[in-house]
Amino acid sequence: MLNKIYDWVDERLDITPIWRDIADHEVPEHVNPAHHFSAFIYCFGGLTFFVTVIQILSGMFLTMYYTPDIENAWKSVYYLQNEVAFGEIVRGMHHWGASLVIVMMFLHTLRVFFTGSYKKPRELNWVVGVLIFVTMLGLGFTGYLLPWDMKALFATKVGIEIAASVPFIGEQIKILLAGDSTILGAQTLTRFFAIHVFFLPAALLGLLAAHFIMIRRQGISGPL
Amino acid sequence: MSSKVSRRQFLSYTLMGVGGFMASAMLMPMVRFAVDPVLQPKGEGEFIPTPQKADDLTETPVRVDFTIKDRKDAWYKSDVSNTAWVYKEGDTIIALSPVCKHLGCTVNWEGDEKHKNEFFCPCHNGRYEKNGKNIPGTPPLGPLDEFMVEVVDGYVNLGKTVPNTLV
Repeated sequence: MLNKIYDWVDERLDITPIWRDIADHEVPEHVNPAHHFSAFIYCFGGLTFFVTVIQILSGMFLTMYYTPDIENAWKSVYYLQNEVAFGEIVRGMHHWGASLVIVMMFLHTLRVFFTGSYKKPRELNWVVGVLIFVTMLGLGFTGYLLPWDMKALFATKVGIEIAASVPFIGEQIKILLAGDSTILGAQTLTRFFAIHVFFLPAALLGLLAAHFIMIRRQGISGPL
Repeated sequence: MSSKVSRRQFLSYTLMGVGGFMASAMLMPMVRFAVDPVLQPKGEGEFIPTPQKADDLTETPVRVDFTIKDRKDAWYKSDVSNTAWVYKEGDTIIALSPVCKHLGCTVNWEGDEKHKNEFFCPCHNGRYEKNGKNIPGTPPLGPLDEFMVEVVDGYVNLGKTVPNTLV
């Protein structure tokens, strides 16, 4: 049945070459854990992406209930966690996944560093990887404020003060982030929400695409 | 089809099965989370007190405004105002919903000079008889809904709306 549907579409659109380009590629022996178990270190990049997919999905579902407004943000988080079926699980996925992304990304960076995979001709992919790292930290920083509890508020106060310590333009960066020169409040929350769910994910998807196109173009770096 | 399963088929079924299991374990909580409102039990519909005394009612419908106190809308509680057209038919009290069955505008008793003894909807000239029956040839496709009515301490209390039972 599925085969027939596939054949019907393939006959018209010739999709086999497309998914071959995406999915059908050689996995060299030195990165295949079935050959050398120590090759599991090559899985960290893929695991980072896997957790990122979970973050995007669980985040999409959380916005069905979350309200980026200082009166209602905490209440809506409380409601979705305690009154909605599986709310604790879905929020838990997003909460723990956020930390897991950073851990996986760090391990991936270590692997790339110690296998020397960043060397010529892959320097540009290292640069894009660092940009992804920065984007992920931004997602973590902006997402931390959204539950609008005490921990979120004071963590963001500290974060914004750190940003304000940048020479010359620190004050402007602070106002740009907080939306106000003195108050960390309504405008900060809506800004952080917009950055967290629209701006940074869009940047992230673009960077990930560049990261993956480059690795496909250049191939996985050779054995040590 | 041959009954023999090739190694390739066995592997691909096993991988698809395990992959499908893992994917559904990931997606199931999220989907259940999203469809939760559909699976919530429908509200029983308590009776809400109104300022209308039952003894003051006549055979002419009067507009009764009442307030649902602290209505719980997920994490948001507020007072919501509502309206009914209430009159007496013999000894029974009838309370009709003002929501037009055409597109949901609000109807008024004798809202149009030309049509006495009728409910009138200003949006598309929908008309209803006193018992809520829609007048053929006007836009509404059904009769006005009815509120459940109770009299407590001489005052009219209104419950949830039900389809019209008078027509």
